[in-house]
Amino acid sequence: MNAPEQTAEAKLAYDARWQRIMDCVALKQPDRMPVTMYANFWLAKYGGISYKELMYDYDKTKAIAERAVLEFEPDACIALVGANAMGKVFEATGYKQLQWPGHGVGDNQPYQYLDREYMKPEEFPDFLRDPTGFYLNTYLPRIFGAFEGFEKFPVLPGMFYFRAITGLRPLANPDFRKALQRVLDAADEVDRYMTHAGQWNKRINALGFPLINGSNSGAPYDVLADYFRGATGMMKDLFRNKDKLLEAIDLMRHYLTQMTIANAKASGHPIVMIPIHWAPDAFMSPKQFETFWWPSFRQMMVDLIDAGLVPMPLWESDCTKRLETIKDIPPGKCIYWFERTDMIKAFEVLGDVVALRGNLSPSMMTTGTPADVDAAVRHLVDGVWNKGGKLILETAFGIPDETPVANVRAMFDAARKYTG
Amino acid sequence: MSDMNEQERQLVEWLADMNEDDALALAKRMLLEEGAAPLRVLELCRDAMDIVGKRFGEGEYFLPELVLAGEMLETIGAIAKPLIKYAPGAEPRKLGKVLIGTVHGDLHDIGKNIVSFMLDINGFEVKDLGIDVPVKDFIEEIKTYEPDVVGLSGFLTLAFDSMKETIDAFDKEGMRGRFKVMIGGGQIDETVRAYTGADAFGINAVEAVNLCRAWMGKAA
Repeated sequence: MNAPEQTAEAKLAYDARWQRIMDCVALKQPDRMPVTMYANFWLAKYGGISYKELMYDYDKTKAIAERAVLEFEPDACIALVGANAMGKVFEATGYKQLQWPGHGVGDNQPYQYLDREYMKPEEFPDFLRDPTGFYLNTYLPRIFGAFEGFEKFPVLPGMFYFRAITGLRPLANPDFRKALQRVLDAADEVDRYMTHAGQWNKRINALGFPLINGSNSGAPYDVLADYFRGATGMMKDLFRNKDKLLEAIDLMRHYLTQMTIANAKASGHPIVMIPIHWAPDAFMSPKQFETFWWPSFRQMMVDLIDAGLVPMPLWESDCTKRLETIKDIPPGKCIYWFERTDMIKAFEVLGDVVALRGNLSPSMMTTGTPADVDAAVRHLVDGVWNKGGKLILETAFGIPDETPVANVRAMFDAARKYTG
Repeated sequence: MSDMNEQERQLVEWLADMNEDDALALAKRMLLEEGAAPLRVLELCRDAMDIVGKRFGEGEYFLPELVLAGEMLETIGAIAKPLIKYAPGAEPRKLGKVLIGTVHGDLHDIGKNIVSFMLDINGFEVKDLGIDVPVKDFIEEIKTYEPDVVGLSGFLTLAFDSMKETIDAFDKEGMRGRFKVMIGGGQIDETVRAYTGADAFGINAVEAVNLCRAWMGKAA
């Protein structure tokens, strides 16, 4: 499964596919409409293995993911192994924020996020004063079993002279030592996982297929809402902790931007996928959106663009009422992937600013027929592509796990049938 | 609303305007220091929630306001309810009974909890079966609880099949005609409603309340 030398033919195919994507980003007309592949547990159904195997068996997942790419020939795909084969790293880290196949849910059930308050409202000051200390002593032990014991890690700021020596004593604590060993072991598994994922990426590139993105990130508000404060905690913060929340969002923006640029540069790929969870129309008022959500994310996108990257937010759910606001971004630099937002409306508002990606509905993909899929693609081609929209065809947020293979085939066939 | 005194009007206004600190302090003072009738305070809370629901429907309020309103009412309810002494047979009549739960295979509950809360404060008796509810649990509960409406919640795409399976089981048990079925959750649309055979779907908690009110013959 190592990467073969890229043949001249594969290089031509790779370059043509990549050009199609980047033409869309630059708002130039590509030779035809690109169509991409994003899949999670659908791959298990496609390959005839359990969801659990997809997450734990690196070699099987690599083989199935390659087969899917070779069968459907997407213009680009996600890092299908990196995105799925995470069972062993979840185990090794003792990851607590998810339940996954065979670990909390059945072997053929998708993973589910456990929405909790991983940071309590009274901990805002700790986070704001010393985010690294908060991660080491509080946050990491809460989200990873491997880090339980790091509560004893010494608080470093304030150490000086002899106090900097005696302050090291907590590192001799047996609970801390055990935790440190677990973390080191987990890091070995993370290294193995990333090696497998990287090998697959290189191989698929050599076969002529680009990845659609080389790294991932999150929006500052969303990261705090989803992974720290919990959904209802964050909604209450909008009233109870406004100032601290704004401060925390700005701090998170700073670190996320640094991390995202570093990860993207390491991947050698300019496109950064950013799933967006808290922008939907129903989730907050326009005023709340423009106060708490948009300014930090806009700044982050501008900083990523300035670093030569291409932000690709996936605007989950329906964000129709946000379109005018999120239009305020340098043109020709981003891909906006929409889930339930009406793509034709999105094109009307954003067509001269960003490339669009999406958005065949999950209910149609799972319960419809190939003819329904064909008609839905035709609808997007007529309403967006044929009117000059730079559309990258995709499902609403990846191929739903339950989608019949015939419907996936119909999506790829229709893209080529209607746009050359 | 016209028969409210100034203090009562103030409580309703602060609750409806999300002025949590002042509203809770006033409610506590009324209940614990001034001997206000607990049922009256809860009635004022419902009046405030009518305003909140109206503002939600008009696009002025969104999910965060529903969540904060829920917290405020829970806090006031926890103080007021132990103070209530019903005369035998004088418990308030409910508009109808709703059985609700997240279908099997799905563990999401934030949306369902908001729907349960909104139904409760709008005068429905709600029994919440929680998350990942097996078909047989719905069937057994329906037999004993005899709901007017069954609400099935689900966020994942796998919920489409779980909802269909659950509703098919109602048919097989011959109980389908005895109640209405509504579905809701992130991916639910008319395609899913038709696929599952539900009577209706809603995209938010206020729609769920309106559906139940309409089915119970009450104006939305």
